[in-house]
Amino acid sequence: MFTLEKRPTPSKAWAWGTPFLAVALTMVAGGLLFAALGKDPFAVVRTIFWDPLFGEFARYLRGQLLVKAAPLTLIAVGLALGFRAGIWNIGAEGQYIIGAITGAAIGLAVYPTESRWIFPLMILGGAFGGWVWAMIPALLRTKFNTNEILVSLMLVYVAETILSKAATGFLRNPEGMGFPGSRSFSSYAAAGNPELIAGTGLHWGVVAALIAVIWAYVLLQRHLLGYQIKLAGQAPRAARFAGVSADRLVMLCMGMSGALAGLAGLFEVTGPAGQISIDFNVGYGFTAIIVAFLGRLNPFGILLAALLMALTYVGGEMAATNLGLPSSAIRVFQGMLLFFLLAVDLLSNYRIRLAGAAREVR
Amino acid sequence: MARDVLLGLEGISKTYPGVKANDGVSFSIGAGEVHALLGENGAGKSTLVKMIYGLVKPDEGRMTLRGQPYAPPEPRAARAAGVAMVFQHFSLFDALNVAENVALGMDNPPPMRALEGRIREVSEGYGLPLDPARLVGDLSAGERQRVEIIRCLLQDPKLLIMDEPTSVLTPQEVDILFGTLRQLAAEGTSILYISHKLEEIKALCDEATILRRGKVVGTCTPREKSAREMAEMMVGATLNVPKRAGKEPGPVALKVQELSVASPSAFGTSLKGVNFEVRQGEVLGIGGVAGNGQDELLLALSGELRTPRDTVQIHGRGIGDSGPNDRRRDGICAAPEERLGHAAAPDMSLTENALLSGAVRRGLTKRGFIDWARTRDFAEDVVRTFDVRTPGIGTAARALSGGNLQKFVLGREIMQEPEVIVVNQPTWGVDAAAAAFIRQALLNRAEAGAAVVVISQDIDEIMEIADRFAALNEGRLSEPVPTQGLTIDQIGLMLGGAHGMHQAEVSHVHA
Amino acid sequence: MDFYGINPAVLIASLMVASVPIMLAAIGELVVEKAGVLNLGVEGMMIMGAVCGFITAVHTGSPWAGFLGGAAGAMAISLIFALLTQVFLANQVATGLAMTLFGLGLSSLMGQGYNGIKPPAMADVPLGPLEDIPFIGRAFLSHDAMVYVSILIVAGVWAVLKYSRVGLILRAVGENHDAAHALGYKVRRIRVLAILFGAAMAGLGGAYVSLVRVPQWTDGITAGAGWIALAIVVFASWKPWRVLIGAYLFGGITVLQLNLQAAGARIPVEYLSMSPYLITILVLVIMSSGKGRAGLNAPAALGQNFHASR
Repeated sequence: MFTLEKRPTPSKAWAWGTPFLAVALTMVAGGLLFAALGKDPFAVVRTIFWDPLFGEFARYLRGQLLVKAAPLTLIAVGLALGFRAGIWNIGAEGQYIIGAITGAAIGLAVYPTESRWIFPLMILGGAFGGWVWAMIPALLRTKFNTNEILVSLMLVYVAETILSKAATGFLRNPEGMGFPGSRSFSSYAAAGNPELIAGTGLHWGVVAALIAVIWAYVLLQRHLLGYQIKLAGQAPRAARFAGVSADRLVMLCMGMSGALAGLAGLFEVTGPAGQISIDFNVGYGFTAIIVAFLGRLNPFGILLAALLMALTYVGGEMAATNLGLPSSAIRVFQGMLLFFLLAVDLLSNYRIRLAGAAREVR
Repeated sequence: MARDVLLGLEGISKTYPGVKANDGVSFSIGAGEVHALLGENGAGKSTLVKMIYGLVKPDEGRMTLRGQPYAPPEPRAARAAGVAMVFQHFSLFDALNVAENVALGMDNPPPMRALEGRIREVSEGYGLPLDPARLVGDLSAGERQRVEIIRCLLQDPKLLIMDEPTSVLTPQEVDILFGTLRQLAAEGTSILYISHKLEEIKALCDEATILRRGKVVGTCTPREKSAREMAEMMVGATLNVPKRAGKEPGPVALKVQELSVASPSAFGTSLKGVNFEVRQGEVLGIGGVAGNGQDELLLALSGELRTPRDTVQIHGRGIGDSGPNDRRRDGICAAPEERLGHAAAPDMSLTENALLSGAVRRGLTKRGFIDWARTRDFAEDVVRTFDVRTPGIGTAARALSGGNLQKFVLGREIMQEPEVIVVNQPTWGVDAAAAAFIRQALLNRAEAGAAVVVISQDIDEIMEIADRFAALNEGRLSEPVPTQGLTIDQIGLMLGGAHGMHQAEVSHVHA
Repeated sequence: MDFYGINPAVLIASLMVASVPIMLAAIGELVVEKAGVLNLGVEGMMIMGAVCGFITAVHTGSPWAGFLGGAAGAMAISLIFALLTQVFLANQVATGLAMTLFGLGLSSLMGQGYNGIKPPAMADVPLGPLEDIPFIGRAFLSHDAMVYVSILIVAGVWAVLKYSRVGLILRAVGENHDAAHALGYKVRRIRVLAILFGAAMAGLGGAYVSLVRVPQWTDGITAGAGWIALAIVVFASWKPWRVLIGAYLFGGITVLQLNLQAAGARIPVEYLSMSPYLITILVLVIMSSGKGRAGLNAPAALGQNFHASR
């Protein structure tokens, strides 16, 4: 066996190294899983991690990476702020859905008016919707001390119900011959979120994600609020001593993450998804939790992690069509990644000493 | 006189990375002897007793118990061999009752009903009455210690280890405890008594072993030595007693009136109508046994707990309803007892920790953005002025020793030049040199015209630096009195006497 | 005395069935939390229990083997949680979430090819003439064995926690792990065992969903039951009998809303189907706002990792 010894100062080298180690370990374990499923592990890993970047269809698929990474980045950046402060918003999926619905509703309400103010208004509406949905657990936590984890999660189920009502009821396309789903935004220029440069996958959501990353980085590094967020997460009593209001922080962090998740939903519904449909949400809100941790709750780290996660989505789809890999295998793969990451995280705060020997892993 | 050796230690060593906690420690304890283990904080006393109790294994050396090799792999084995220990911290469960707490410390406890009877019987037999059904979280510090002692006594120990037992007791309670210990020794139980309080050791112990930096530096018979001689063996140098200026105090700087506030923690003590004033240039010492409202008083003064406006006033202006940063702006700085996690964030660097409370008075932020360059300068300044031993200001707070971190925390507050400074347990767990330094810094601040409030459980410390003394007892504060001419008995009575502990008739009960 | 055409005896009967999964999962989590561990992976363990139980039952033809398989499957995945939180000292909240995400994916992978299959049926416990007692027979006495087993487990957990040495040690570890360690108790080992027990219960609960309650296999079949179980532990203020009450309350709401949907009540279907979640939130608010009361019962070391220093 081995014993653990707390490092006096957290290791900077391991803080950067652990995500890469986790990815490597996941590839090995994932390969074993794929082999167990009767697939050639090397072919699968290559299909997932190499082909979308450098393979035959890479030109198209690279764009898809941006499309998938943008919502993940937007949501994960927001979640990371809360996670750093010890505020666990795990209902981003719900905030994403509600943001998409409110934003879409604004556009659909004025259909078919053409005005350049419509899309900006929808963006505000999307952020607002996500913010409101996140304010529910935030308020309940600050006023009644209710656990925000459970409430935000319960609200995902509620949001899903509202989504199905929206798709089949109040936002249904009146010209859709009774099929569920709203009007398509791709044929409504004033409210659409098209590719800015054809074939690149670049849409307004990608731009927003990049802005969010820079904004969050500045907030955390240079701004007092960012410092307070970190302080509250690491040492709540010290934060109180420093004059940080825990309630204010809960409201701000939940609000920011909700608004960002709502934005992600809005950009998705108006762009890549194209319409409100019953199964419009595909779990970005949950995957973003993995992304946030994989990026070590650091905004630029999150950007890289989101790209990697997008790669597993895009590559996973390829592996599904070309090699018959079950689509759920990729979710297992993503879950494993988070497990490995949490396991190797230990290295940045502890030294491992092997019993009996003087060897140690530094 | 050839004595009957119960426990013998030979060449015990234990090394932790970067520090040799024990280095070739040898000594022996006779049967029925009260043996003192004397040393400063960090001298290696705790590590040594943990080895005797089976919590830690020595790297080298051997122990014998009644002549037989003794190497307990775990506390259970130590208990089976007749070794029991009363911990200073970390061994009671607040949400469980007395009987359950006692049962957890025994290997084969009798059924609950029978155990409750035994607890009553033994606790009264030794003059330490206890109600087995009470929740431990509701007990006073002295009563909590009784739970620990009873837990040990029920197992009929041959050797009882007591780790700093009097730090939580009033002088009267100390007398009762000593009575119990003498009774035990007379019945043949050996006691290993760990302390750094010399007068107590002189009063109680038959033999003493003195540790410094993990090594035995001397043994003596305490009754034959003066406290000063033992202190010099313990510290290894002559100590400087802080100098006091003895100036006339100025006008009232801090006034607290009818301050009542509920404790934020489940088993805390609420403050009830606290009144006092502190003048410029004056040091007020607030004594009291742990858990009588010290934490709450600090929180109410630092602004972490808010109260009606006029309950706390600075220069006559009510600030009871403002938060910590507003109060800093108004001139109050505070240093809480718990260094890691309250006064400082363990995983953050000293620079970041300098920002923690220094942002307002030192102007370290501009329109919400942090001026890291100025913050670093401030941190450097504190490290230099207060002689904080650290590789650099980028080091995490948790990497510093207790004394160095305390110097940093106190330095951070003092260098903001507050008009009122409030500190809780400023030298707790700090070595003697650092403690003297910190006390001097507080006196210097008072001389510079600040009102200083020192909350401390160390009566000697208060007597050394305070002009006036008040006692905190169950959330109530006594009328402050001048420290000059105050006797230890008077202080004891002010601290709440024996906390309702009756000196029950001591009959000889064999546990 | 039917209303909306719902027969109260049938309603109670289905309430008892509907509450079994959350009752089992919640009583397991209660034990885990009493030991000071916050395992947010209940949903993941339940769904692993559901899929492993289903597969085992289909292949052996025995629902009992299915329950064992379900418990084993959940325990297997919980070992990862135990390893990460107790040995690698990973954050419990994050690890629990990871287990849920992983469990949802893995169950879906394992369950491929089992869609649309009927599992072997679970027989009711034959109670002879007792079943013919009017109302009571239909409502309380015509159920499969797991309904009664789950109640017995709640009673057992209550008795063990309150009266036994094991229960006392478990509570002590959850209250103050440093003190427990100082007294020589094996904090880590006790916590791992508690995690395994919690997983077995969640696995049984999950298996009950796929074998009895639904009974078939579909992806995401537990639909948040694990999260509701977590909420019930808070609702119950960490008291076993209140878990029973909580589970019946939520089982009742679920059954009632389903019945109302079927009966074509005038309340829109969406409101009905979101009602269990909304009521969970409401109950959480009520329980947590009673200042300190519920909080005082929460194990003091809940969610904190233990690392024996020096």
